[in-house]
Amino acid sequence: MSEIVLEQVTKRYGRVTAVEGVSFRAERGSFVVLLGPSGCGKSTLLRLIAGLEEVSAGKIHIEGREVTALDPTERRLSMVFQSYALFPHLSVAENIVFGLKVRGLPAPERRERLARVAELVGLTERLEHKPQQLSGGQRQRVALARAIVSENPICLMDEPLSNLDAQLRHEMRVEIRALQRRLGMTVVYVTHDQVEAMSMADHVILLRAGRIEQQGTPAELYARPATTFAARFIGTPAMNLVRRATIEPDARDGFTLGIRPEDIRLLANGDGGLKARVTSAEYHGADTIVTARVGEESLVVRAPGEVKLAPGAEVRLGWERSATHLFDDLGRRK
Amino acid sequence: MRHVYGWLLLTPAAILLVAFTHYPAVATLAESFFSTGTAVRPSRFVGLGNYAALLGDPIFTQVLLNNFWFALGTIPTSIALAMLMAAWVNGALPGRALVRLAYFTPTVLPMIAVANLWLYFYTPQIGLLDKVTALFGAGSHNWLGNPDTVMGCLVAMTIWKEAGFFMIFYLAALQALPPELGEAARIEGASRWYFFRRVTFPLLMPTTLFVLVNATINSFKLVDHLFILTKGGPDNASNLLLYYIYQTAFSFFDTSYAATLTVVLLALLGAFALVQFQLIERRVHYR
Repeated sequence: MSEIVLEQVTKRYGRVTAVEGVSFRAERGSFVVLLGPSGCGKSTLLRLIAGLEEVSAGKIHIEGREVTALDPTERRLSMVFQSYALFPHLSVAENIVFGLKVRGLPAPERRERLARVAELVGLTERLEHKPQQLSGGQRQRVALARAIVSENPICLMDEPLSNLDAQLRHEMRVEIRALQRRLGMTVVYVTHDQVEAMSMADHVILLRAGRIEQQGTPAELYARPATTFAARFIGTPAMNLVRRATIEPDARDGFTLGIRPEDIRLLANGDGGLKARVTSAEYHGADTIVTARVGEESLVVRAPGEVKLAPGAEVRLGWERSATHLFDDLGRRK
Repeated sequence: MRHVYGWLLLTPAAILLVAFTHYPAVATLAESFFSTGTAVRPSRFVGLGNYAALLGDPIFTQVLLNNFWFALGTIPTSIALAMLMAAWVNGALPGRALVRLAYFTPTVLPMIAVANLWLYFYTPQIGLLDKVTALFGAGSHNWLGNPDTVMGCLVAMTIWKEAGFFMIFYLAALQALPPELGEAARIEGASRWYFFRRVTFPLLMPTTLFVLVNATINSFKLVDHLFILTKGGPDNASNLLLYYIYQTAFSFFDTSYAATLTVVLLALLGAFALVQFQLIERRVHYR
């Protein structure tokens, strides 16, 4: 059964359309990521689901109820904000049980739930602290604890990890995903970071300029990008997109050929392949990112291990034919 | 050589401060221990004599009491009003720049002008207040001439003058609050009142403390309107401490007694500020 269903949801601010005709379903207990560059409408979409903004057109259903006109309170969901939105004058414990107190839950039950959630996110030692005495990661945990203590079936997260450093981000990714599975929550998670989307999501919804560009599992988006935009957005380094004529000289159409850097191999001399001239080689430890020129265009190659190539060196590039993606002149997959 | 330059640079400011602040303050304190000199009887040291006279002065007691009621009448109401107005004009409101300006206008006006304006409101029979109450059949009132109503009139006018000024501080503080706090509270199901009581109000405490100290000082400092409206009357019913000091010094020419009153005023204000900071500081959350 679908927990959250959006039908043709549109949001306009005056003349600007932030979200246009978006429809999707989030299954119960699934982790759905709204992915896209900044300004694509993903945060607005989340706020529409939360009820913090009113839709201009379309319908939103949560747990089979239409909630389009309902207040955030009546939608029975929790939210984690990018800035955490912790109350600076309240202790960690008071921040976490804020909503329980609002709803008038008796004190013994509040204490019990607080203890359980604090244990779950590892904040038991910090309950009496004020938010500004905590590190970024700990504040993040408080925000998370406040979201799960209400035991709402749905949790919305708006770029919750963007204020953390890389190391912590990775830890929290794993932790949030584990927590979501353990509690069986339905999570809608907004991010501009495709690594977060790929590693956490059951279902990715890629947005571009307020519309859905493509949606599917991370593997589907990676293996069969529907457009050149999707192809570029998912995967690092981004997919190479070159004019088909560069690679296949007899092609006369305006099509674009896409090849992922990890699908290109550097061939030994004499094995045929495409001749290219190295412009740079960046060593990353596990692999080396080689940039090479073919005619007018640049191709990025992700070669395993350390590859020593001086700029200007000639290399030969090869790939499986099945690894190429073909897009028409409007950027759609052929 | 360096410290000579340092002292030289400090000298102009130091001269001004000493000449117009520190020396007069010390001189006032010293004068309060002397009698007022006249042509026939030169000033002489009387120790605490002036302070003893103070305790036996019924006008001083009345003026102090008046000032207490004036402070109690103006401070809480103007602070509450300021908060309310700030909360209102902080929201999305058509023409809110105009409303903000309207609230702030009384602050820009000189107190003398305000008093003249309100003098017209309070004038018996032809004043605005009497014209309006006459519509409901009420008779003419001498609002400022009646000892029972005169203080209320001053309080109302002062609130009108001050609330807009304090609103500006609250407005600035409200705009510094991140909007996500309100959104988070909405999602948690908090009503607007609950959010105000549990989040906004505590977070405004630093501003409230600042405004409170200023309002207290103002309630002793602001007497310009008395010159226009009542001159402290009738029968000292609207006389305030600072106006009484002015009268003593420049109408009765008893400068020593005025100096004594001034010392009392300063001591009072100092004590209030101390208590306010001590008591409230502990409950204030600074970010």
